Formats: sequence, C-alpha cells, structure tokens
Amino acid sequence: MAELPPNNARISQPPSGRRTLLRAGLGATTAAFVASRTAGALAAGEIPPGEPDSAKSLGPGIGDRVYGMPSRFEKDMIRRNVPWLTVNAETSISFTPLQYQQGIITPSGVFFERYHAGRPTVDPATHRLMIHGLVDRPLLLTMEDIKRYPSESRIHFIECPANGGMEWRAAQLNSLQYTHGMIGCSEWTGVKLSTILQDVGIKPSAKWVLAEGADGSHMARSIPLDKMLDDVLLVYGQNGEALRPEQGYPLRLVVPGWQGNVNVKWIRRLELGDAPWFTREETAKYTELMPDGKARGFTWPIYAKSVITFPCPEIPANGPGIYEIRGLAWSGLGKIKQVDVSLDGGVNWAHARLHDPVLSKSLTKFTLEWRWDGKPALLQSRAIDETGFVQPTLAELRGVRGTNGVYNNNSIQTWQVKPDGSVFNVQLA
Amino acid sequence: MSSLRNTLIGLAVTLAVVAPASAADLPHYGFGTTPTQAEIDGWAIAVRGPDGKGLPAGSGSVKDGDEIYATMCAACHGTFGEGQNRYPRLAGEGKLVGDRPEQTIQTFWPYAPTLFDYINRAMPFPAPHSLTTDQVYAVTAYVLNLNSLVDDDFVADKDSLPKLKMPNVDGFNWNDPRPDTHDIACMTNCRKLADITVSSTAEGKPLTPRTTGTLDTAMPQ
Repeated sequence: MAELPPNNARISQPPSGRRTLLRAGLGATTAAFVASRTAGALAAGEIPPGEPDSAKSLGPGIGDRVYGMPSRFEKDMIRRNVPWLTVNAETSISFTPLQYQQGIITPSGVFFERYHAGRPTVDPATHRLMIHGLVDRPLLLTMEDIKRYPSESRIHFIECPANGGMEWRAAQLNSLQYTHGMIGCSEWTGVKLSTILQDVGIKPSAKWVLAEGADGSHMARSIPLDKMLDDVLLVYGQNGEALRPEQGYPLRLVVPGWQGNVNVKWIRRLELGDAPWFTREETAKYTELMPDGKARGFTWPIYAKSVITFPCPEIPANGPGIYEIRGLAWSGLGKIKQVDVSLDGGVNWAHARLHDPVLSKSLTKFTLEWRWDGKPALLQSRAIDETGFVQPTLAELRGVRGTNGVYNNNSIQTWQVKPDGSVFNVQLA
Repeated sequence: MSSLRNTLIGLAVTLAVVAPASAADLPHYGFGTTPTQAEIDGWAIAVRGPDGKGLPAGSGSVKDGDEIYATMCAACHGTFGEGQNRYPRLAGEGKLVGDRPEQTIQTFWPYAPTLFDYINRAMPFPAPHSLTTDQVYAVTAYVLNLNSLVDDDFVADKDSLPKLKMPNVDGFNWNDPRPDTHDIACMTNCRKLADITVSSTAEGKPLTPRTTGTLDTAMPQ
C-alpha cells in the first residue's frame, strides 16, 4: 500500500563490478553474500595491506550523475512509516531518519512527509497566491512576482505536534526514527509575509489570517495576524534549491516554532479576517482532549524538547569504552540555552556541549563524552530554552494532561542501554 | 545657484504631482495584479464556524443527503457513520472523559458550519471539492441527522446551520494554558536511585516496523 520513496531506486540498484562477480561466484544466498562482504572481501585485498578495487580503476566521469544521490551503501537512510498508524498512504505521515542525520540540517530528500490528501503536483507557471479579505488591495501573485520581493533565508525546524504521540500511554515503538522522526530542519528561503501584507494594506479590523493550500484537502488553518507579521515566511527555497514537492513546491508557509500543520504547504490563498475560522483541522483535529473532557485548541508553539540520537535503538553501543553521546534539541519559543544528559535515569545530570550554530527555533546539536563501563544505563537528555522552560518528564506531562491528548508530547526520552550494548525505548516510574 | 534652486523647485513640483495624498495608501512594490471578484469567489471557499460567514446560497435536506451519503460516503464512514476499516467514525454518543473517548461530530465538533466547510473542501476523499453546493448541504444535513442533532425534515442552508447549537460548543479552551509543567533543572541527586524502575518498555512489542532495508508494508493493521 505504501508508495515507494523517491530514492527507492538506490535501494534496488544492483551491486556492480567486482562485488557482483564475488556474489555470483559464492552463490546467491544472503549468507553467501554476507560472507563475500567479510571473508571474501578481505581475501580480495580490499583492506590494508591490499589495494581496493576503487584505487585500481577509473570511476564514472562527470555527467554520470547530473543530480547526485547518496552512496548506495547508505540505503537505510530513508523515510519510513508506521503502517498501523494511519488508514491509507494519502493521509499519512512518514518519519525522518534522525539516527543518521549529521548535524542540524535534515536532507531535503528524507525530511518527514505529512499529507492530508496526498502529494499534489503543482505547476509553478500556473500557481497563484491570492491575498484578500480585510486588506486595502486584494492581490494575485505569480511565483515570478513572489520571487521579486526582498528575500530572506533562515534555518528553522518544523515538527508535527503528533511527534511522540504514540508514546503517551506506554513505550510502544523501539526506534528513534518512529518516536521522534516527525521533525526536520532546513534552511528556508522566501519572503517575509509582513513585506507583502504591508504592501496590500491591512485594515485595522484584521486580526487573523486563513492560510489555505492547493492540495485536495485544501488544508486551511487560522493564524493570528500578529504571528504572521512577526516572523512568518512565504517559502520557495529549501536547503539551497527549490522546495521539494513533499514540502509544498512551489510555495509554502513557514511559521517558525509552531506546529507543523500550520506551515501550510502548496499555499495558494491568504484571507484576512477579524476572527478565526475554526476549521476542522483546528477543532476536530489538532486539539488536545484533557482528563476533564475539555479540549485545548490553538496550542501552536512547540515547547522545548530534545532527544539523544546516538546511541539509540537503531544504532546501539558496541562494547565498553568511550562514546560521544549525540543529540538534538529544539524549542519553538527561541534558542536552546542548555542541554543536560543523565546516564542514570535522571538522578544526576551533566551539562552537554552545545554546538554552533545555536539558532532560534532551529535544531541544536549537543554532545557529551561518555566513558561506558558496560553496565546497564538509562540515558536521558533535558533541554532548557532561553525562556527558562525546562523539558518535562513524561510523568509530569501525563499528570497534567492525561493520555488522550495525542499532541505536544515534549517529554524527556529514556533509552535503556543493556550490557550487550543494545538500546531500548523505555519509560520510567 | 539660481539654476540649482530652479531645478530643486522644479523637482519639488514634479514630486508634488506624482506623490500620492498619503504614501501609505499605495503599495511600495506594486507586484502582481488585482484579482477580479469572480476570481476571488472561485477560491474563497472558507466558512467560519461560529457564525457561518462564507456559507453560500443553496440548500440540501436530510432526505437528499441520504442517497448521496450512501453512494459517496458510506464505503469509508459506514452506513450509520460508524466508520469502516479505521476511516473516521462520524456519529455516536458518549462522554469525552475516560480512556479513549469517541470524538464524534455529536460529542466533539463545536460548530455545524465547519461540517459544511470540511465536506466542501476535502470530501469525498478520492475526489475532493467535487460535490455541488446543494449536495454538500444535503450531506451536511444527513450527517447531522446521523448524529441525532437534527430531525429528519431538517434542511441545511446558510441560515439554519449557524443557528444549530452543537453540544460541545463550550468544550474548548482556546487560550493555550502552557507552560503547564514547571520542572526545574536539578543537577545532582534529583531522585533516589532506588525509586527508578522501568514501568514500560517497547522491547518485544510487535509494533515497530523494520528499521533497515526496504519499507515495511507487512505490519499488522
């Protein structure tokens, strides 16, 4: 049922050259292939003191790859999904492989997807942005028009508020990708919405803006005008190139620090009004049911959160010794000020090192050296942002919100490291 | 001197001619075009929940909606709105407290016009925004009837939908109460080591799809 990822080509790409010969010679079974990559490869002199094939032959020349792709050996770094989570592939979500992400930028090709009606194909030549409602001059813009406005490039994360939503009741998914992968961080390029809104003239009674997409769901969210004028971008560029179709090509909203679904993709319409619209996606969905039966709505900002990305269930430890614990922290309210790491389930904490750049409403990398003695450990990270907000434990979050809320689980993640180095997603009493 | 002064005066006169009465009244960039009313009407589909602002002319009855629903909606949402194969349940009574309460239109949705808005913009799922306005009104009426919120003779239109008071209209807090947790960044001896036990683990649960190789499509539904 699930569509294959665009980079599936490199998964199915057959082995080439000498490895194919080795494989054929040793038989086609998996076991034989594994053997060929270890004993067979060693025998072939691929490691010192031998000379590997790559150093004894000419590789393909330029023009072989007019748009480069990752090495075929990196085939595990793909977006994955949880089939039991959603009813079909068109209104579903895939997860960023955070366990393989190096640094704070998520490669565009593995940035998580969230669709409400599949991924539309939008032609930039016919795409239009309409701005109307409580404005002095309604406006219809082409992509060419939009790119003429003064441009702005900024690095921000986008996180779906359902990230970690499967973990409210219990530890369920044994994977960093599935517990935390509804997030990505890119450099976004576009125009400040304030630039365009000031140009159309905002009527004094305008307080809200409806942002609407050109996809089949006509995704529609009400956003306060104050936020729109503060730091919202109309984005056409991502990580040095045009937006990817999965991310809203040719035009999307980036609402820094706010839950993913208000960052409307394939955006085609902005309507200014004096009150919110209370669309289905901000009443029936993306609201949080509390234990007293009341629901919270318009809970937009992502509060401070962090996770250790190594070691993790997908990339366990391998024997006692020195490790660099690595992780990512973020806050929708500003910069990360501090990240602490615990090795004992939260009894004692140590300050992790924050790596530059530490940017507002962006992923921030942290590391801490760990001399592992091979004994069981409970790894946690705790983010503190510039507002002073401290990332909570799951127990505290559940105490306030119960377990029916689905969204905005920003709790501390615990990774249990066993003596054999394996890592499991656990929750602590 | 004199010629410079004349030039300046000339410039001032020229500027006075082209300068608007108030600079703020005109755009600085002036990119794009002004959409016609027809262009705006074609795209401005949003209907506001509380007052129904944006509801178009037209109408549809529960009876009309019955047939459309059976043809276009029931395959996913069930004959009685009970939901099929994990597609959303539309109808049903119940409380919003306890474990996994049913958030149906009757128990949860605060505004009836939002139902028109959503059906119009996003349904039927494989062919969104393909129903006529009267069909959308009819399906709206029918789904409200499935939820026991209107009688069998109800007709949905731009006047009747905003008047309908939904049971859960006061069930929302629209002001974000966060921060609602107030942990402090304790550094040493924050808890007793003996108190820390693993209460839940994902280890051994058959819920995690493959994390290597190709996509896992064989997971249990």
